[in-house]
Amino acid sequence: MSLDAQAVKKIGWLARLAIDEEKVAAYASDLSGILDFVAQMNAVDTSDTAPMAHPLEQAQRLRPDEISETDQRDLFQAHAPAVEAGLYLVPKVIE
Amino acid sequence: MHNLTIAQLAEGLRNKTFSSVELTHAFLKRIHDFDGELNCYITLTEEQALAQANTADERIAAGNVRPLTGVPISQKDIFCTKGVRTSCGSRMLDNFVAPYDASVVERFHAAGAVMLGKLNMDEFAMGSSNETSYYGPVRNPWRTDSVPGGSSGGSAAAIAARLTPGATGTDTGGSIRQPAAFCGITGIKPTYGRVSRWGMIAFASSLDQGGAMARTAEDCALMLQVMTGFDERDSTSLDHPVPDYRAKLAESLSGVKIGLPKEFFGDGLDADIADAIHAAVDEFRKLGATVREVSLPNMKLSVPAYYVVAPAECSSNLARYDGVRFGYRCKDPKDLHDFYMRSRGEAFGAEVKRRILIGTYALSAGYYDAYYLKAQKIRRLISDDFRAAFQEVDVIIGPTSPSVAFRLGEKTVDPIAMYLSDIYTIAVNLAGLPGMSIPAGFAADLPVGMQLIGDYFSEDRLLNIAHRYQQATDWHLRVPQGYA
Repeated sequence: MSLDAQAVKKIGWLARLAIDEEKVAAYASDLSGILDFVAQMNAVDTSDTAPMAHPLEQAQRLRPDEISETDQRDLFQAHAPAVEAGLYLVPKVIE
Repeated sequence: MHNLTIAQLAEGLRNKTFSSVELTHAFLKRIHDFDGELNCYITLTEEQALAQANTADERIAAGNVRPLTGVPISQKDIFCTKGVRTSCGSRMLDNFVAPYDASVVERFHAAGAVMLGKLNMDEFAMGSSNETSYYGPVRNPWRTDSVPGGSSGGSAAAIAARLTPGATGTDTGGSIRQPAAFCGITGIKPTYGRVSRWGMIAFASSLDQGGAMARTAEDCALMLQVMTGFDERDSTSLDHPVPDYRAKLAESLSGVKIGLPKEFFGDGLDADIADAIHAAVDEFRKLGATVREVSLPNMKLSVPAYYVVAPAECSSNLARYDGVRFGYRCKDPKDLHDFYMRSRGEAFGAEVKRRILIGTYALSAGYYDAYYLKAQKIRRLISDDFRAAFQEVDVIIGPTSPSVAFRLGEKTVDPIAMYLSDIYTIAVNLAGLPGMSIPAGFAADLPVGMQLIGDYFSEDRLLNIAHRYQQATDWHLRVPQGYA
């Protein structure tokens, strides 16, 4: 499996991850190498194998639908880069 | 004092041979003297440590002693610590002061431990050499031009250099065991779900597991006793009784069945390491154990399967770092897309980016079956191999890593070469089993780690086997030159 520069940019866009233009070729080469490496998985037939989601086959626990968290907005927003009137600020989305 | 084990320090504190404040000052002084070169600590918490030490001394004076009252412990910087920077080795969280304590940190505080500081690590625990840290690499105290292993490299190096008696680590593919091996210390990764992941920054959630690192198995038992147990705040925490780990340490190894997987002793393993492990196995025979060969035929698929599962889960977990609510935010974004792209692009290092990209690709439309689903099926095969082996033996023993510590920069240009340094540890995470690394000799003057792998919930047995070995040998007592 070989990824070209175009593919790396597309994946970078899907991941919302900027890749420096001069490093795109190196990422294409590294990622292609990793995909070739993981292709070793195809050497074994798994058509009758069930995928393993949890080593001990544990399911998600349920709990009563009760309030368990208190409001800590001010504490958490103290760590935010930009906040106004209890809201997180980001660049304008709508013109 | 710095050469004493956690067990000896706890006893010395109880007997008032020394105070916790004296002890804490002694370790802080060593950190100031030695850490400039080694770079084990990202953040020192001196004031908090001395305040905790004061409280500990008051408790001791009042005769109200908990298991680790007054004992200094250091936290890997992946565990959230309230009011203290929690960076995860990344520029992304360089400015992040955690608003709460991780469960593990809460438990150490409740047990009376004194936190010296936060330890260096590979960025978001993605690395096997500690070279991906935003804060620079940690140096191995046994040979300072070499890596300490990773991702818990700061933890392992700090323990080896006597800059802390014990530290937490996390292990997603070998991140406790491989650095423990490279630095000549003892480390245990428990069964998946044993130690709460709440407040432990997520990398690959189906594999991540916190554990203990120290110089001896007895110290790991003391730490694990504090760390282990059900936590309703972690959705994958196991509600399973916790035994008294220390009570079983001295049990006889007579009749214990050891399995040596032939796949762990093939091509690629340093001959000196193979010799050291075989010598250690002979020691176990003297202690009454029986030894036979076992086979884990799908072992060779573990690293390929891991480099689908781990990046896929990483790409999902690290989607939360968007520059909006906490962490790094780029300057002067031209729009929201630019804001996301550059905040993430500027703050993540190259290895984290590689893994996010691979994971995003593997999970993108049309590729799920070929990658993630296939890898989850391989996980089943690997897990079944272990199940079959544990029908025949009590513990599986082999090398922790195919080589001793390599030199800084030696593997940074080739990601696959770096990934293969975890070839013996990754299968254990894929299967969710407990694993341990203990010192078992030297090759080219660098420590050799021996890996012990047990069945689910057999941490007590692993600690027992490791302890008996450490009673019969002195590899774990060796000190790197200049750090005695």
